[in-house]
Amino acid sequence: MPSWPEKRTFIGSHTTRVDGPAKVSGTAKYPSDVQPDGWLYGMILRSKWAKAKITNINLEQALKVPGIKAAVVDRPGERTVRYYGEELAAVAGTSKQACLDALRLIQVEANPLPFVVREDDAKEDSSPRVWDDTPNLSKPRVNEKGEVDKAFGDCSAVVEGFYTTPVQLHHPLETHGNTVSWTDEGLTAWSSTQGIGSVKDGFAGNLKVPQSQVRVITEYMGGGFGSKFGQGAEGSLAARLSKEAKAPVKLFLTRFDESLAVGNRPSSFQKIKLGATADGKLQAFELESYGTAGIGSGGVSEGGGGGAEFPAPYIYTVPNIRVKQSGVNIDAGSARAFRAPGHPTASFGMESIMDELAVKLGVDPLELRLKNDPSEVRRKEYQIGSERFGWKSKYKKPGTSSGPLKTGVGCAGATWGGGGRGTQAEAHINPDGTIEIRCGTQDLGTGTRTLIALIAADLLGLKPEQITVRVGDTQFPPSGGSGGSTTAASVSPAIYDVCTKARTELQSKTGVSLVEADIWFAACKKLGVNPLVVSGEWQEGLSSSGAGGVQFAEVEVDIETGFTRVKKITCVQDGGLIVSKLTCESQVNGGILMGIGYALYEERIMDRLSGVVLNPNFETYKLTGLADAPEIDIVLLDMPERGVIGIGEPVTIPTASAVANAVANALGVRVPSLPITPARVLAALAGKSVTTPSA
Amino acid sequence: MNDPNPEDGLFVSRRSFLKSFGTTAAAAATAQVEVVAQELQKANAERTLGPGAVPLTLRVNGKSLQLELEPRVTLLEALRNHSNQTGAKEVCDRATCGACTVLMDGTPIYSCSKLAIEAQGHEITTIEGLAKDGQLSAVQQAFIEQDGLMCGYCTPGFVMSVTALLRKNPKPTAEQVKHACAGNLCRCGTYPRVMQAVFKAAGLPVASKTEVIPYAKLA
Repeated sequence: MPSWPEKRTFIGSHTTRVDGPAKVSGTAKYPSDVQPDGWLYGMILRSKWAKAKITNINLEQALKVPGIKAAVVDRPGERTVRYYGEELAAVAGTSKQACLDALRLIQVEANPLPFVVREDDAKEDSSPRVWDDTPNLSKPRVNEKGEVDKAFGDCSAVVEGFYTTPVQLHHPLETHGNTVSWTDEGLTAWSSTQGIGSVKDGFAGNLKVPQSQVRVITEYMGGGFGSKFGQGAEGSLAARLSKEAKAPVKLFLTRFDESLAVGNRPSSFQKIKLGATADGKLQAFELESYGTAGIGSGGVSEGGGGGAEFPAPYIYTVPNIRVKQSGVNIDAGSARAFRAPGHPTASFGMESIMDELAVKLGVDPLELRLKNDPSEVRRKEYQIGSERFGWKSKYKKPGTSSGPLKTGVGCAGATWGGGGRGTQAEAHINPDGTIEIRCGTQDLGTGTRTLIALIAADLLGLKPEQITVRVGDTQFPPSGGSGGSTTAASVSPAIYDVCTKARTELQSKTGVSLVEADIWFAACKKLGVNPLVVSGEWQEGLSSSGAGGVQFAEVEVDIETGFTRVKKITCVQDGGLIVSKLTCESQVNGGILMGIGYALYEERIMDRLSGVVLNPNFETYKLTGLADAPEIDIVLLDMPERGVIGIGEPVTIPTASAVANAVANALGVRVPSLPITPARVLAALAGKSVTTPSA
Repeated sequence: MNDPNPEDGLFVSRRSFLKSFGTTAAAAATAQVEVVAQELQKANAERTLGPGAVPLTLRVNGKSLQLELEPRVTLLEALRNHSNQTGAKEVCDRATCGACTVLMDGTPIYSCSKLAIEAQGHEITTIEGLAKDGQLSAVQQAFIEQDGLMCGYCTPGFVMSVTALLRKNPKPTAEQVKHACAGNLCRCGTYPRVMQAVFKAAGLPVASKTEVIPYAKLA
């Protein structure tokens, strides 16, 4: 079984990102920056109806606009559109202005149909059906074990709650899109994607192009968070426009488009009941939930593929449970995987009711968790975190903070699977001593390129700057999509393997022993003219799955304005073998700040009467800003014996729960709905219901 | 962000027109909206441009750029789509995210919300113009060292905002950095390290609370 070297110079070090210089100087070319000769601008016409039968789309006038080179209908013939923003047609032209003019001239004949865009409306039988042959509310997925009713009867403390979470939008800063060149020779796409392999497959399948003629390139990309695994309707449209116009087409969504049609985190409405013994051991749990994944709801996905279900009772083990989860269709864009699908949603409901139970039992919520959390790693993390955070001195009974600025603290834990396998890689050792590592993975900004350079440097006995890392091209040996926090654990072992083999082969081929570092160039010189090319692949024993983490939050809530400020987050996270310390810590920051957005700001709002998304921009859909960033204290538990694990998702899971618990601790009343807006805080203080949507 | 010298532009701006119109109360001006419109039209009559393409000259990173663009084309589009300078990013296209930030005569502006024709006669600096002789600026270097970037799509905008801040205020406080970056959004969550990068570039002490604890050594 292979193992990571005991002596590690660069692995685990504080080395800066290898693509930092390109990113800070504007020379990094993102798919939206690439400009092949003769490229055209592409734009999409979207449905302005929440639901309608489209009978005809006429492109004639649009094609007459000066500069317009091609126009295509998304799906020819009669069709039904099922949400505001569904793709209808697309145009390509020499300027954005030509496209804007052309889109206005496309004539669409449509018969509007009744629609429904709110979960509570949609689940009623009397509401219009999103899909004619299925009720909007799916049959519940049921999970039952033990004797739930009897167990509740035996409990000393029983608490009940109703918790809701919003539809959250991914909003990567680089919108979804591709620059595509499709000629008789084949299709090349510069895609803003998390999975060059799945995009290649998507283009080939959707457009009936042999896979041997499809190449996908993603040198850089501006964020995905789970929403960018396919070529998308926008990719297929760009390709068709390219073929028709006989020119490359760059088609990237507008921010408005981005809010409608390219994924979201499903909402949840969770009715929870939890019972425990007098000394706080969990005995019985009951959950009934529904949520929407838009038009794509209803499928059971275990929270993995964008469905409305989620794990329950999340990280806790309860002997008697009854779980019923449904999805409810509405006329809105489909959900997609979103950073730790299902988990932040699951965590919010469960960790909220845990704190309610602590209140009922009159115990410290941290003690209740230590008593019931089955994970030894997490219990240790709670201990480390509570000391650093100063939990003992900061925790006060709920609502006992004085003055109009109430402070409070809360905590929550998380789990994530991760793992990953199946990556191949190639090392090219050149006679001049330079090295290229080629791997068909992609760097989403998580630091994959840097991770490869650090591993290669350690295993080859060189420095990271001597390694040229090439990723993001389907002509390189294949890897998987970057999702599920699997990239690090999938790529690292392949780099280990290829570098170990390269070193051995270089020695045997040249007869030079590589014990000393300065012998490297002498050895390479002996290769002659051609490089030594070595292949490697993922090996068992160098990575693992499973990651536990806990977070503590301290908040300040102004009970006059209802405004919540997060003052501090302490995060203790299992990091496995930490490969790139700097980028790993950045991931933790990012997860927490996105979690704060989920806790306090983010919510897609649908208009019941018109069926439109009311906040398709950053003025009204709020992201966490720099001024909202709290003090963040990060502790990474180094566990090299576990090998490499992923960290991007687990760190975003418990933030919102910890913040919500801190708000409840500050106020003495709970705001049971995310996001915790000022309006909801004030309503909760006034004893009013706050679980209805914001608008 | 300030709107630098609107009076210097090609057109009579609404503000300067209202100034010349006298110090009438806003309500009175509103009542005479018809007159205002007519006067504006007259003032701009000799300079009506478009809707077709017009020749224009931009000064970008010290070089002159001759373009022929419709008057409705923004500075951001002129840079990205018509002269292949793609450092500034289009993210929201409506002045809410700051990814398109460039300097106009040293002041950070949203290039998505400035027409290219209005940018004539001004010195535009983009992210591509910060490095001198291949040497990254202190701000750029600090962003790398502190890892003030992840996917990097917001980074050019942050670097420009911070560059402008430090030129004006070489030793900013955290509050001043928050204010200067209030117009920039990041989705990956680089903020704590953007803050550190600013302090680093300013030569101020950088506080970072992170620790790696070997699990095996825990009791």
